[in-house]
Amino acid sequence: MNLISKIIIPLFVLLIIINGVRKKINVYDAFLEGAKEGLIMVFHIAPTVIAMVFAVNIFLDSQFIEGILGFLKPFFDFIHVSIDILPMALLRPISGTASLAIMNDIFVNFGPDSFIGRLASTLQGCTDTTIYVLALYFGSIKVVKTKYALPVGLFADLMGILAAFIITFIFFG
Amino acid sequence: MVNVIWIGLILIAILYSFFTGNIEGINSGILSHASSGVNLLLEMMPLIILWTGIMKIAEASGLLATFAKILNPLLSKLFPSLPKNHKALGYIASNIGANMLGLGSAATPFGLKAMDELQKDNPKKKEATEAMITFLVLNTGGVTLIPTTVIALRLMHGSANPTEIIITSILATSVSSISGLVLDYIIRRRNRK
Repeated sequence: MNLISKIIIPLFVLLIIINGVRKKINVYDAFLEGAKEGLIMVFHIAPTVIAMVFAVNIFLDSQFIEGILGFLKPFFDFIHVSIDILPMALLRPISGTASLAIMNDIFVNFGPDSFIGRLASTLQGCTDTTIYVLALYFGSIKVVKTKYALPVGLFADLMGILAAFIITFIFFG
Repeated sequence: MVNVIWIGLILIAILYSFFTGNIEGINSGILSHASSGVNLLLEMMPLIILWTGIMKIAEASGLLATFAKILNPLLSKLFPSLPKNHKALGYIASNIGANMLGLGSAATPFGLKAMDELQKDNPKKKEATEAMITFLVLNTGGVTLIPTTVIALRLMHGSANPTEIIITSILATSVSSISGLVLDYIIRRRNRK
């Protein structure tokens, strides 16, 4: 398992290079051309990345999420789920590193094999950071009108989070 | 839409900090978090340049078209608006593949390149196309088959069975992706009428 995940990238690069040589293209020139496009791409996404990381980080610093949790606590006590999972569920669409850090805290405090530890693991794996990906992908090509992309993305996140709760209950509850 | 989120995050952060009296914190946050973005960018830059370079070789040698052909039965259903030989499809296929294997660092450059190719024949450059939105939904749903980071962390914290969450993650991911794609499909069909 470990070996497989480590060998995929070298094999993939090898496959691409060998295929390039076989098709008699100038492999090195092709790489340079692509790398130049990559550099321009970094240039294009720079404002988006700086803007989003800035907004998300000062939002996290303000502890707003922790503040609103007070209101939701009675409901979570009622269904017997520790409130510690909520910041993670709320932050998952905004920041991957923040939700990963919370998952790590949960592992430290409750252990990875506790119910909440398994729930956190499932939650981390089940969706991506929707808002960041959306800003990054559309920002890189300067699309401003994202139409229904965000509602659909957040709907998918919500369904994923609900599914993570239910499935973890069924498997480990 | 991103505009609204960005304004919302910043307004909430500043006003809530005033409300709780955490003025010191928000002051230093505003001044220091511009560099957090630059740091992330510097982390991403070498990977983006490396992978766009490698993938250009794959594109020039026709390998990317082969990937797209393998995934064509799936891709043609998901992206009915794209012609079969569209350049973006190879990058979309690679992005999905990298995501499934948990290779997030490679998935992002493939995804950005796919968006770039989709934008080339977008008649209204400021508006998202149907294919772009479907691709985004597919991406944010996160089609991870092996959540490598989570497994590594579980192992580090002494889990008796670090990989037991693979099955629950796959199920939850599937629910998330499928519900996103279904809603996307419904909206597309309604818009066409």
